[in-house]
Amino acid sequence: MLNLSAQDWTAVHLSLRISIVATLVALPFGIAIAMLLARKSFWGKSLVDAVVHLPLVLPPVVTGYLLLITFGRRAPVGAFLSDHFGIVFSFRWTGAALACGVMAFPLMVRAIRLSIEAIDRKLEDASATLGANRLWTFATITLPLALPGIIAGMVLAFARALGEFGATITFVSNIPGETQTISAAIYSLTQVPDGDAAALNLVIVAVIISLAALVASEWFARRAAIRLHGD
Amino acid sequence: MLSVDVEKRLGEFALNVSFAGDGGATALFGPSGTGKTSIINMIAGLLKPDRGRITLGDDVLFDSTQHVNVRAWKRGIGTVFQEGRLFPHFTVKHNLDYGRWMSGHKADPKAFAHVVELLNLGHLLDRRPGRLSGGERQRVAFGRALLMRPRLLMLDEPLASLDTARKQEILPYLERLRDEAHVPMIYVSHDAREVKRIATRVVTLDDGRVTATGGVELLSP
Repeated sequence: MLNLSAQDWTAVHLSLRISIVATLVALPFGIAIAMLLARKSFWGKSLVDAVVHLPLVLPPVVTGYLLLITFGRRAPVGAFLSDHFGIVFSFRWTGAALACGVMAFPLMVRAIRLSIEAIDRKLEDASATLGANRLWTFATITLPLALPGIIAGMVLAFARALGEFGATITFVSNIPGETQTISAAIYSLTQVPDGDAAALNLVIVAVIISLAALVASEWFARRAAIRLHGD
Repeated sequence: MLSVDVEKRLGEFALNVSFAGDGGATALFGPSGTGKTSIINMIAGLLKPDRGRITLGDDVLFDSTQHVNVRAWKRGIGTVFQEGRLFPHFTVKHNLDYGRWMSGHKADPKAFAHVVELLNLGHLLDRRPGRLSGGERQRVAFGRALLMRPRLLMLDEPLASLDTARKQEILPYLERLRDEAHVPMIYVSHDAREVKRIATRVVTLDDGRVTATGGVELLSP
């Protein structure tokens, strides 16, 4: 049925790896920022909110460009990370994961923030009177009650990462085997004569992966709802 | 035992109360809107008084002049709220065990079995709070507060959300709690009949102030 070339398979593997890594690495930051925005009031909060949402409103190419001049090999942050930690982003799959993570971040934060804001804080007061300090309350009450939103945020982020194109191609280019994701591979195929037939195979794969993520998230969300409401 | 002398301004409302509890069940009695719940929250450590002092036994829980404000989770005061506030994602069993676990006490199957028997919770242990009636929820909340082995048990209008029949069903459990748990209690209510059955001592409140202190005879028949 599917007739994928070796290069297509490489793009599929790479896309999955990049999207999963981007989602998992973004998750702790996403939960922390969502907690901060949902619970704390501090000077400059609207600025933090705006910066988090920037990738949602900026043209992706602009986000990619900003990543390039920040995390490129000779750029300030990029040079520091590569000199001191050996972490290189430019023209590597890690850079693609960074771009995807940044692009997906606002969607993740929004979903998690909403679910945190929906939690009855009186339950957290109750856990404090029962002897749980803030960290335990967070781990045993806040986090489990926010789980449906966290799952939704992860799926949104994963889907966004899978579909990312503009920021990735601007930041780390379109190198087969290193940074060429499904989206970039489809784009490349459509640029050559008679490539659209081969592109169709990748399109089908992209649809299958996205639907699978959606179905999995529905399943997890239903299980979480059962745990919460006892039905 | 418990000694409270606090001031707190909440918007237009000024709370200024001073009272002491004894070893039995002290009722805070008064119409709604007189700041009873705020007093409970200040004793529990959930609301910070503007000025004053709260002590429990030899321990200072709050003192504005000495800048003492013990965190809620270190006060060891069991609180039952009007709405129960059971954790929806835990079973009844885990709700009951939560305070014991978080307070760092070792599992004590005998104490657990005793409380389950006292409050008749045996058939509910594996359910989640979403599947309990209002009365059952409050009984679990009593048990949860009791099993953390509190130095003081506070009940904030624990029957207010229940209908008359349910109240009659729960009141005997509260009397058993008072007589068998051997924990001093603060009982908040606006219902004189309820207070007469439960309390050994009454503090009447009106408009953020203590109006009288004494025995249950303070309440007109």
